[in-house]
Amino acid sequence: MALFQIAEPGESAAPHEHKLAIGIDLGTTNSLVATVRSGIAVCLNDDQGRPLLPSVVRYHADGTTEVGYDAQKNQAVDPKNTIVSVKRFMGRGTKDIAHIESMPYDFVEAPGMVKLKTHAGIKSPVETSAEILKALKARAEAALGGDLVGAVITVPAYFDDAQRQATKDAARLAGLNVLRLLNEPTAAAIAYGLDNAAEGVYAVYDLGGGTFDISILKLTKGVFEVMATGGDSALGGDDFDHRIYCWVIEQAKLQPLSPEDSRRLMMRCREAKEFLTHNPEAPISLHLATDEMVDVKLDVATFAAITQTLISKTLQPVKKALRDAGLRADEVKGVVMVGGATRMPQVQKAVGDFFRQEPLTNLDPDKVVALGAATQANLLAGNKTGKDDWLLLDVIPLSLGLETMGGLTEKVIPRNSTIPTARAQEFTTFKDGQTAMAIHVVQGEREMIADCRSLARFELRGIPPMVAGAARIRVTFQVDADGLLSVTAREQTTGVESSITVKPSYGLSDDEIAGMLKESMEHAKDDAMARALKEAQVEAQRMIEATEAALAEDAHLLNEDEIAKIKSTIAKLAETMAGDNRRLINIAMDDLGYETQTFAHRRMDQSIKKVLSGRKVDDIKVGEEGEQA
Amino acid sequence: MDFKADHFTLFGLKQAFRLDLTDLDSRYRDIQAQVHPDRFAHAGEAERRLSMQWATHANEAYQTLKKPLERAKYLLHLTGHDIQAESNTAMPADFLMEQMEWREAVMDARNGGDHHELEHLHNRLRADIKGRYDELSQLLDDAGDFPLATDRVRRLMFLEKLLHEIDDALASLEE
Repeated sequence: MALFQIAEPGESAAPHEHKLAIGIDLGTTNSLVATVRSGIAVCLNDDQGRPLLPSVVRYHADGTTEVGYDAQKNQAVDPKNTIVSVKRFMGRGTKDIAHIESMPYDFVEAPGMVKLKTHAGIKSPVETSAEILKALKARAEAALGGDLVGAVITVPAYFDDAQRQATKDAARLAGLNVLRLLNEPTAAAIAYGLDNAAEGVYAVYDLGGGTFDISILKLTKGVFEVMATGGDSALGGDDFDHRIYCWVIEQAKLQPLSPEDSRRLMMRCREAKEFLTHNPEAPISLHLATDEMVDVKLDVATFAAITQTLISKTLQPVKKALRDAGLRADEVKGVVMVGGATRMPQVQKAVGDFFRQEPLTNLDPDKVVALGAATQANLLAGNKTGKDDWLLLDVIPLSLGLETMGGLTEKVIPRNSTIPTARAQEFTTFKDGQTAMAIHVVQGEREMIADCRSLARFELRGIPPMVAGAARIRVTFQVDADGLLSVTAREQTTGVESSITVKPSYGLSDDEIAGMLKESMEHAKDDAMARALKEAQVEAQRMIEATEAALAEDAHLLNEDEIAKIKSTIAKLAETMAGDNRRLINIAMDDLGYETQTFAHRRMDQSIKKVLSGRKVDDIKVGEEGEQA
Repeated sequence: MDFKADHFTLFGLKQAFRLDLTDLDSRYRDIQAQVHPDRFAHAGEAERRLSMQWATHANEAYQTLKKPLERAKYLLHLTGHDIQAESNTAMPADFLMEQMEWREAVMDARNGGDHHELEHLHNRLRADIKGRYDELSQLLDDAGDFPLATDRVRRLMFLEKLLHEIDDALASLEE
């Protein structure tokens, strides 16, 4: 059937003006990719019309990979090399991973993050996640027929810095330009809020395959403001499967299973869980490799009883988030249910009882996060939307702090702070002539360092020798709009500045990423160099367009000379871009960035002034810098 | 307009303790709508960095002005009155005595698991704090008595901390 492209009023249908941007829900069990077409967010299906991509990656001995349904089909045949639920390992060490003993993988302990030994080599969860992202990227490029300007990738709101950084690294490895890491419940709220023109306080209860989030949001006239968030980044639908699995083993009095049988039984348990959503009883039967037969029946009441503790585990963070938001349960106007695991009737009942209202389930709990991410991606890419503009104010889920004397934590940025945010704290030396200071950055709510997650340790060196207590070392925490932290330390009494910016220790170094990229390219059909050049050209084009758009709007902020200078730098970049020297393109981009700094400052000033002058209040102070109004 | 401008100027407000919170909210959102990094995700590097700095600054300014204790401290700082929170802990004996009585009551209620009593203490303290803020706004905005306001702010720092502890105790009882 032929489709007509219909332009909404005020919206252009011209293809060259519409930038291609996607939203990706990188889930524990399934992943999805969505985009905005003709003003409507839609999920992009695979060639068989399926929107979901099972988050399963199988490594073959020859280094090739299989992703999605095919890999999922083979998981019981080749469990050691078929990675399911890799999201649970992102930014995690072996001791953080629940039920590790019942997993069939060969784990390799590595600094900061666990790795998996497959017969295609040792793989980091970042690499495995990148395989899933690459498959989604390819699907989107095929469907949209062009280069993507970027992607919004969703993460559980309760993901800490390590898990977020790992996700961003995976996207980089997959060759995606990350427009933003977006919290999953916030993405759902965007999809729900814009669709329903919702106003007021909403709770988003998001129980996915492996993670649980609760976010409390205030929706007012185009502003989505997260008031508080909480959750458990190791609790999800998988755990319900695991409860059934343990119950079956106990009922059938089974001996320890082989990895293959274990995986097959786990699949049966998952099927039983899904079956119980619409049926009173589910049969679980399996012929084991040992020739034993498993044949049990699970009824709804038993299922509810064996999973009750899991459900109450989700209600603790709900109470805490409400408290943090300063609200009672009856002040919440609606509860949006997100994630496949919220289909379980006992979950819906528990949430309904807690909030004393019927939860909202009118959006597909599997798709809503991807659709919200696509909607946000479209906005971030700079495409004008038919609907009104909106603003999103999100928070960090866990407090950030430093180790102080005696193994205690000093909180620097408290949880639920609106991002981006920064905070500085001053420290001093405690010994005469001390020239170095150790700084240990942690994340978490507990008072003892040992109970928090260690993010980074670094040393500030080159402090000029002084008497104890004379040095003034300022440690600055900056959290960006992706929720990612960078830390800077600077000694400031002497004018000799030592400063260091750390990327937390679990993060991959640029060299490691380059190495992985190179390795993955060897197996890929496209040429690494050609791809890197292409990426630089796309980035340069993006930059030229952004600068020209800014000039078209605000040339009055510049004098003739400045305009001429910027225009000639643009021309230079355009010329370099047409060639094939990636290094020169990068230099020309840096030049344009440098030339437009002042312009950027003036534009920002102008827009802030515009906001203030738009008010009919007599007490506005005129800027003291003497700039024109 | 630059980072050196004070928080009141950033939001186009006159420098005062009395503040319409709804108005502050809407000014804050209008500023964020202009400077937030989501507005610049497709812009060049320079603009992206600048936007993060401005949005960070707007968040800090908003948090400072929103909370009455922080706002009062900030006003005193702007007018050159140091509250000496760290170095000067000497408080009048009767105030300290009163504090000890409060703390004992909170501890008893917490140890006894007395949810009702904690709520009662919370409400009593809230009312007490509210009265003190009324006095403070009079001192800061009408009388311009900054030295006395400094003393009142230091007392409020104790009381806000105590309120926080009561809330923590309530939270731990609920879990």
